[in-house]
Amino acid sequence: MIGSDRSTVAHLLRRTGFGPTAAEVDAAAAKGYDAVVAALFEPTAADPADSTPPPAFAAYTPGGQRNLTPEQRRALNQQRVAEFGALQSWWLHRMITTERPFREKLTFLWHGHFATSFEKVRRADAMYRQNQLFRTMGLGNFEDLTQAVAKDPAMLVWLDAGTDKKAHPNENFARELMELFVLGLGAYSEDDVREAARAFTGWYLNPRTDAWAIQPNQHDGGLKTVLGQTGPWGGEQVIHIAVNHPASAPFVTARLWSHLAYPVAPNDPVVADLAPAFARDHDIGALVRRMLLDDRFVAPAARGGLVKQPVEWMIGTLRVLGLPATGPRVLAGLRQLGQVPFEPPNVGGWPQNEYWLSTASSLARLNIAAALATAADLSAIRAVSPSGRVDAVAHLLSVEWSAHTASSLQPVAANERELVALALVAPEFVLA
Amino acid sequence: MTKRQLSRRHFIAGAAGVGIAGAAAVAVTRHPVARAAAKGAHFSPAALAEGGKGTLVLIALYGGNDGENTVIPFHDPAYLGGRPTLGYQPNEVIALDNDLALHPSLKGLKSLWDAKQLAIVRGVGYPSPTHSHFRGMDIWQSAVPDRDEITGWIGRWIDTTVGKDPLLTLSLGPTLPKVVTGAKATGAALPAGTLALPGGGRLDAPFTALESAVAGGDLAARIAQSGSDLLTVIHSVKDVLATQPAGSGSTSLEVAPPDSTTTVTTGPTKAQAQAQRGLAGQLDTIGRLIKGGLPTRVYVVAMGGFDTHVTEKANHATLMADLDAGITGFVKAMAADPKGKDVVVMTFSEFGRRVAQNASGGTDHGTAAPLFVAGPGIKGGFYGDQPSLTDLDQGDLRFTTDFRSVYATVADRVLGVDPRALLDGQSFPALGFV
Repeated sequence: MIGSDRSTVAHLLRRTGFGPTAAEVDAAAAKGYDAVVAALFEPTAADPADSTPPPAFAAYTPGGQRNLTPEQRRALNQQRVAEFGALQSWWLHRMITTERPFREKLTFLWHGHFATSFEKVRRADAMYRQNQLFRTMGLGNFEDLTQAVAKDPAMLVWLDAGTDKKAHPNENFARELMELFVLGLGAYSEDDVREAARAFTGWYLNPRTDAWAIQPNQHDGGLKTVLGQTGPWGGEQVIHIAVNHPASAPFVTARLWSHLAYPVAPNDPVVADLAPAFARDHDIGALVRRMLLDDRFVAPAARGGLVKQPVEWMIGTLRVLGLPATGPRVLAGLRQLGQVPFEPPNVGGWPQNEYWLSTASSLARLNIAAALATAADLSAIRAVSPSGRVDAVAHLLSVEWSAHTASSLQPVAANERELVALALVAPEFVLA
Repeated sequence: MTKRQLSRRHFIAGAAGVGIAGAAAVAVTRHPVARAAAKGAHFSPAALAEGGKGTLVLIALYGGNDGENTVIPFHDPAYLGGRPTLGYQPNEVIALDNDLALHPSLKGLKSLWDAKQLAIVRGVGYPSPTHSHFRGMDIWQSAVPDRDEITGWIGRWIDTTVGKDPLLTLSLGPTLPKVVTGAKATGAALPAGTLALPGGGRLDAPFTALESAVAGGDLAARIAQSGSDLLTVIHSVKDVLATQPAGSGSTSLEVAPPDSTTTVTTGPTKAQAQAQRGLAGQLDTIGRLIKGGLPTRVYVVAMGGFDTHVTEKANHATLMADLDAGITGFVKAMAADPKGKDVVVMTFSEFGRRVAQNASGGTDHGTAAPLFVAGPGIKGGFYGDQPSLTDLDQGDLRFTTDFRSVYATVADRVLGVDPRALLDGQSFPALGFV
């Protein structure tokens, strides 16, 4: 059984959410580690975050760009960008205010896994729809999730469905499905990609219904051999075959463990222990629960094993400082730090750890930390005498300072804003 | 050492309050070369003649630069045929030979061409080209056209030089471009805006202390390392810039933060940001860093606005004028300085544009395009074949020169690294412009 000390439950809350407040850590410690894990998987009463509705999106008009004047085109583009900004703020606001942070965390994780960007999709309404899909299905059955994502408008646009014709199969989706979503490099051959691409021919986004459909005259109904199985496969069957391939469960397990605990390859022993049950049931929730209750999840390798992604650092900071998502430094700051929701750098999603540690991001973190510390109400820290403030900030951030960090922070303890700004960039807080 | 630096160091030490932090500020934050540069020491210039010891300056043109209106096939009937209003008449262009001419705004590049300091690589592209900005820039920066690759081709070089100098590569701008992203390390990035920590100097010493002396190779140590690398970059760059007078278009990177009673410096003013966006200003800063002896081998700058779907003629002419002023001023400054002789500038964009103009007086996303390589020590002239304007692939030019041939040439002759190490183990024919 895993201990319920403050440090251990804070680790659990950080990895299953976006950075707990001190009060949330206290409550979790009182409740106990196992009970906190159990509660993550219970359907709970309404989330206060649900009371903030998504932004209103203008009705989507397919092919609407074609017959527009330059002025109309500009206006449409401005409207799309404005809708997108509202959508980004809406999600960030959710991450801050939700009482079910685990659901948002999984939504964010799947957003990085099935990475899709507004930069190409250009439709905030479609990005929202995909986001809701991750939110509602993110702890369910992995095959159901993959099937749903594949037919969702954002993914259809993102990976060029509709250009996939019988005579010229487009391999884009078939390749990403195998390489990035379900199997990983090395588990399939180029022939598998080519054959799978034939199975997805004819898939497109019907502009009238704005929903997935098949153009029967563009679908290749012939026999295909995909991952060793031969048949007149369609796209759904290829997804079924891939998800049930022996390489899939270790691949998906490794991805989840890498984001929740520390980076591992599919051949890691921890994956060998966790993947077999998932291979049988594809139950994401059950897999994640086993992860959180595994001793290795709270071992030192896990506690020091991840750097906070910028979104985690930003939301965690806003939460502990009691600041809203609407601050001027929030979206601009995330852009400086290189991680903007709904804009992953490519279909591979965001890399981890070292990727976030450039000199520019180091300066950006400090600049943002200084701006947010100035905007925050720090009277609770100011009320503490300077000799106790370094400890008070550790409590506020739910971290434990090394002796080196504590002695580095002490000289600025007289100025609570400088103290908090520096504390937010200390290695202990930048670690996830 | 200048008076300003002395007073700044004095201020750091004084503000630290504790001796250890003050000592660290001096000990960990100065690059040896920058330290020597500040003392006025001289460095032997790297030599292209020796092969692979040059300095590379990459200029990324975001949006997809229109190649046919940059290097103009002015005598090809298909050119004006496809561009009745967007095209330039033969008497408007700057002819280079009987077939090709520069855009009317590229007067400075013509002078570099005449001095054999400008190479034009024609028809650069790759198989199965994308028309997506996003994917296109990914491909050009990763140099891997056939799969998603998270590292950049220069980033993979950074990965091979572990033990490394944080100043090996330096990109200007707030975010790190993919081209200098490695799997194990990333290039340094000079953020836009004031090159100083927030707090008007008061956070310098405690930040230095915080980010120093964390032993070990774990992630906490890597976080601290990025902070101390930042201090190295800031102080080295400032020290070197302090030895070099600023040109008129210089960026304000070295400007000290405004004095403030609060902790916050919220970043650059609008005017500063504007100035830094200018290519000439960025290149002027890079020129000063090179002349001042910063050991950086690859610089990356970016210029936007090339996605000219609408009313291209006027917009593109402005862009060409900015590009011309930036590159020409920079190459001339490098040619006049012993440390600038082996500097090579190269442009690239995610794709060219269609041969035919569209209904909005612009052009849509295309494929192959020419790119420029310029520098005092390069071999000017044309490289690669001019693509046909009539033998098209669904309206797009067919590429004649694989972009990885350009990279392979640069890797071998400028960086001094086996191109195969950066190009997926593949070999590509060298082009001979260096």
